Amino acid sequence: MDHYTIRKIIDKSMRILAYLALIVALVPLFSILSGVILKGASSINIDFLTQPSPTVGEAGGGVANAIQGTLITVGLASLIGIPLGLISGIFLSEYSEAKISSPIRFFNDVLSGFPSIVVGIFCYALIVRTIGFSITAAAFALSIIMIPIVTRTTEEAMKLVPATVREAAIALGVPKWRTTVSVVLSGAKKGIATGILLAVARIAGESAPVLVTMGYWRWWFAGLNQPVASLALNIYIFAISPFENWQALAWGSALVLVILILGINVTVRTLTREKYK
Amino acid sequence: MFYKFEIENLNAWFGSKQVLKNINIKIREKAVTAIIGPSGCGKTTLIRCLNRMHEIVPHARVSGKVLFNGIDIYAEDVDPVQTRRKMGMVFQKPNPFPMMSIYDNVAAGLKLNGVRDKKRLNEVVERSLKMAILWDEVKDDLNKSGASLSGGQQQRLCIARALAVEPEVMLMDEPASALDPIATAKLEVLIRMLAKDYTVVIVTHNMQQAARVSDFTAFLYLGELIEYGSTKDVFENPKNELTEKYITGQFG
Amino acid sequence: MGNNYTRVKDTRHQRETVMKSQQKPSIFIHILSVRISKILKNFSKGDNVFKLLTAAVASSIFIIIGLMVYELTKGSQLSIQRFGIDFLVGTKWDPAISQIFGALPLILGTLVTSAIALLIGVPISLGIGLALSEFSPKRFGFAVSFLVELLAAIPSVIYGLWGIFTLIPFLRNNVYLPLHAIFGFIPLFSGTVYGGGVLTSGIVLAIMIIPTVSAVSRDAFSAVPNTQREAMISLGATKWETAKTVMSYARTGVIGAIILGLGRAVGETMAVTMVIGNKFQLLPASLFDAWYTMAAIIANEFTEATYDLYVNALIEVGLVLFFIALIINILARLIVWRSLRLVRGIARE
Repeated sequence: MDHYTIRKIIDKSMRILAYLALIVALVPLFSILSGVILKGASSINIDFLTQPSPTVGEAGGGVANAIQGTLITVGLASLIGIPLGLISGIFLSEYSEAKISSPIRFFNDVLSGFPSIVVGIFCYALIVRTIGFSITAAAFALSIIMIPIVTRTTEEAMKLVPATVREAAIALGVPKWRTTVSVVLSGAKKGIATGILLAVARIAGESAPVLVTMGYWRWWFAGLNQPVASLALNIYIFAISPFENWQALAWGSALVLVILILGINVTVRTLTREKYK
Repeated sequence: MFYKFEIENLNAWFGSKQVLKNINIKIREKAVTAIIGPSGCGKTTLIRCLNRMHEIVPHARVSGKVLFNGIDIYAEDVDPVQTRRKMGMVFQKPNPFPMMSIYDNVAAGLKLNGVRDKKRLNEVVERSLKMAILWDEVKDDLNKSGASLSGGQQQRLCIARALAVEPEVMLMDEPASALDPIATAKLEVLIRMLAKDYTVVIVTHNMQQAARVSDFTAFLYLGELIEYGSTKDVFENPKNELTEKYITGQFG
Repeated sequence: MGNNYTRVKDTRHQRETVMKSQQKPSIFIHILSVRISKILKNFSKGDNVFKLLTAAVASSIFIIIGLMVYELTKGSQLSIQRFGIDFLVGTKWDPAISQIFGALPLILGTLVTSAIALLIGVPISLGIGLALSEFSPKRFGFAVSFLVELLAAIPSVIYGLWGIFTLIPFLRNNVYLPLHAIFGFIPLFSGTVYGGGVLTSGIVLAIMIIPTVSAVSRDAFSAVPNTQREAMISLGATKWETAKTVMSYARTGVIGAIILGLGRAVGETMAVTMVIGNKFQLLPASLFDAWYTMAAIIANEFTEATYDLYVNALIEVGLVLFFIALIINILARLIVWRSLRLVRGIARE
């Protein structure tokens, strides 16, 4: 076998290996999705969607309170996270020459890779110690996770707005701040909206920070200084429990969560791809 | 072998856009053939068809024959990789490998072909750098990065790299367009020297360069071969009116 | 007056000139300059306020990170005072009786499981990066990388759920028991096999970091200028040989990608705590044995920490994790930023 033939064999083999790697990575994806769909679907019934979490030993039960809790928590977190992230993103995009922009951008990137449980403990120390385990603390933690994501996507969306748009407005005599707020922002709104949606999808699935700021909650919303049920956290609690109906609820909750999160992700990504066409 | 390349009815497309129309040329061996013409006439495409580089671009297509040493390189059973090995190519912008040293740059092709013997590598690297008129300038520090040289030196490094695998042909796509006048002059001297042992095909948008450096000239316009002949004939007695207009600078 | 005319031509000092010549109103140019400078001043007021406000909000990131350091340190005071440096090298974790806490096994567990994740996940990620950027057409790359990114969107707790009910039984029956049967004499593969443990959590972590490492690597590969590929191809290189050159060119970016993946692996909580077995011991008996990580212990024991020292100890674990994650993430970002500048710099030549 001459040297060139060996090279060709190596070439073919490596390319096959690369595609094999691809398949290996996609197998878990399909395994998880099919598992969640098959096992979760069998849990979904009227009870599932309308009953609150069951007590120990109680049969049946549902995730209605968890859905309510997740929605309220995510909503609260967004109230804090979206404005802060939005404004930070605006600053980074419009004033990126400012000396302070680089450090801000850098630490935003750093924070976005942080373990969410550490954020959770931070909020425990900051808020739970004064107010107690509560939705407020959890919402705070989730908002901190949200901010870097919204900041980055807002900055990128606004940077995509062509300079000519800004220049036209300034030439008309519009001050920079008004240009930014009225003109550039509306030009970037699609990108910003997708960024916000992705951030929401991300925090809806977070359970570690929720665990240490709220803990498990069986009931409905009971006030800002009380915890609330969380779909993501419930999956954890139910999955490690010894009760079969609880485990079934875990799969059902996973299905709801997956539909919500992947639904947002797929929609957002297909929409943004159309922009590039 | 009198003709290194015999191009028969060569057509080339980028997607649905046809860039070369029915090209028929015979390229002489051990001579310099220049391909000239205004921007977009297909001269780069033509030279890239010679070493099957055109088709690596997505949606690029070729039809026709290119006989190299008498064998059609576009035949079904011909391996493009081995074809390219027999030809050296130099690009418009010098593209040395910045993460490799000067030595490793020149040796890159040899190592691909399995040459491991240090002595042989040293010999070839030195020989190639000397042929490329770069040896004296870099011999004291061959371990410097390939990217640390000046533009003209980088281009000569790329030529050395191409020469190291002992090709039969040197294909040069506007090799001087990124270089200053002095580096260009050095390069032209080098090209004339290469013609003693290699078949050189050079694409250039600089007519004076073509006149200085080549033995044969092909004039392309909008993908068609308008005129081809010895450089003297093409420049002093162009048969085609279009050729004359281009050469006298009336367009392009 | 003659002097003011010549100075007006220099636009940099125009405003200076205008100020000085405001007492001489009868020249048309001066009036125009005055008007322009007045408008500019009005612009700058609103703009300055806007700039300051947005800058202040954007700077909250520093406050958040600073507060984190502060609160985490304050919250672990009792534990810091009690154990000092011994916390980092302590190997005992006994909340019930002696109330001694040490984090070394946790640090080891975190690092080892992350190392396994890298060992398994990085080659796969590089393979994916190459497959999508070097070996396939662009459209295929788009569609498939979308799927790989979906892996990143799945919450950690669902990985854990799948881990418990699908992966663990599968690994136990089809991989571990056979491995144990054949290689059981090697310590790594000895001991009881229940399906979860060190190797399993390494595998789950590997799957979770693949989207990040492959995406960043792929970006690094795509950024390599095409002229480099063409140079290799014209020398008669195969696709794989060309890909090797691309990887070499992009190696800084690839290193950044790997460290980013490490950062993610180190911080993963739910998926790990659901499959690793949560057993506090300095070293596991084998790859099939249960173990513990910093993040897992916090998740697992936080709600059961009934007294202050216990809580403080857990918060201190969080503090250690914070610093480890901080260093890794800063390193990763620095390298990725540097690689971007390198590629642009070289490409400029």
